[in-house]
Amino acid sequence: MDSPSDTSPSGQDPPEGGAARFEISRRQFVGASAAVGSLAAAAPLLAGCGTERGAEETTTVHLSINGQPRAIEVDNRTSLLDLLRERAGLPGTKKGCNQGACGACTIHLDGRRANSCLTLAVMHDGAEITTIEGLAEGDRLHPLQQAFVDEDGFQCGYCTPGQIMSGLGCIAEGHTSSRAEIREWMSGNICRCGAYTNIVTAIQHAAGRS
Amino acid sequence: MYPFAFTKAADERSALAAGARGGRYIAGGTTLVDLMRETVERPDSVVDINALPYRNLEVGPAGLRVGALVRMTELARDPRVRTQYPVISEALELSASAQLRNMASIGGNIMQRPRCLYFRDVSSGCNRRQPGSGCPAIGGENRGHAVLGTSDQCVATHPSDLAVALVALDAVVVVRSRGRDRRIPIAGFFLEPGNTPDREHDLRPGELIVAVEVPAGPHTARSGYLKVRDRQSYEFALSSAAIALDIQGGVIRGARVAVGGTATVPWRLPEVERALVGRTASSSLWPEAAQHAADGARPLSGNGFKVELVKRTVARQLATVATLG
Repeated sequence: MDSPSDTSPSGQDPPEGGAARFEISRRQFVGASAAVGSLAAAAPLLAGCGTERGAEETTTVHLSINGQPRAIEVDNRTSLLDLLRERAGLPGTKKGCNQGACGACTIHLDGRRANSCLTLAVMHDGAEITTIEGLAEGDRLHPLQQAFVDEDGFQCGYCTPGQIMSGLGCIAEGHTSSRAEIREWMSGNICRCGAYTNIVTAIQHAAGRS
Repeated sequence: MYPFAFTKAADERSALAAGARGGRYIAGGTTLVDLMRETVERPDSVVDINALPYRNLEVGPAGLRVGALVRMTELARDPRVRTQYPVISEALELSASAQLRNMASIGGNIMQRPRCLYFRDVSSGCNRRQPGSGCPAIGGENRGHAVLGTSDQCVATHPSDLAVALVALDAVVVVRSRGRDRRIPIAGFFLEPGNTPDREHDLRPGELIVAVEVPAGPHTARSGYLKVRDRQSYEFALSSAAIALDIQGGVIRGARVAVGGTATVPWRLPEVERALVGRTASSSLWPEAAQHAADGARPLSGNGFKVELVKRTVARQLATVATLG
């Protein structure tokens, strides 16, 4: 899991510093470890299956991600979340529970908020996807990102990209007439640090300005 | 997750052909992807049906017809459904989260697998997942499990809120296979576990849900859904009630009552309905009629509270629906 320090409200990684040139970055290390771990875990599952299935088990998916056209070949099992994080180089979208219970992986799929962990990448050929990386314009944060900074809407920051993508959906759908309504329509995003009070305030303020 | 072949069906014909060859249909994926990752589901072949023309939502004098690929969000927020079938909108908006409701289809919602931790855990026995391997819930953690419609084989609850509303409103599930359509009254669609807990519904291999229909009636507008749970939102029901009443001149002419979170299938309560019809609506009638809500209950070590809870859920929602505008 990511440490708090490298998760900025924009979801973008800070630039590599001087000393980092001499080290394997934390993300490279985690990525490599995860790959070894998943291979080890997959080996017994793969044994004895696949040969009689015959059909293709990989597919090339064409997507628009944050306005950029991308063509990515994936194993059919790849979730949209894993495509974004591991294949498209966009780790701002977070993997929390990986079972649709926490909302950390929330993105916009064809304009609507969705949990990217619970859908297969191969199902979304031709889709338009917006992630947290697609919100800021250059150095200028999106108003909801700025509202999270202004209202202190996070502590560790791990849930924040999902909260912001979900909050944008909540505002667009018109569910911001009261704090209670925001809480109900944001219930799909869990914050372990308990920053809910300030998250609701940030959404309320951003909704008022939009 | 095990490897599988993936097909995006371009039309109904190719979808049904792939289904007939054993392909597993996928729409929103919110249940199936999760269970495939847990290796509870291990399809060789997955057939994406999202390109099929099952997106229509029709509301007419005969009733409501909902295409199987309509998303939960779309059905819930339709203004005609909100006013003419409010129990459906309420059941949907008290389900899951806004994100999941954007993804999940109506056909997939009623096809959700049982809610039970042992069912999800492939290292434990489960008669649904693997017939004959036992039911650890019966002697184990069963606070969330069913008290109605259980058997010695399985006590898992059905997870869908929408299905409870559909059972109350006598919905019909329209299914298609190569060569024929079938219309299945929803009360017979969901199967109690009995001695065959692996059979959860009356769908035959390759059959595909194309629509759900709800007949119109004088009761549908005066309807609503109450969901009782451990946290206020984004949680499955411990108990729930879908109720529709036809009240004319203060007298109850028709009553539809079904409960969720307490039974192995969405559970209609004909005894409660009989205790209501023909009576004058009054605050003393609701708890009296609701006394029948747990008839036949078989509580387990951890869920005895549900016997009383289901009665109170029904009584409270009867009072709420009876006093609607």
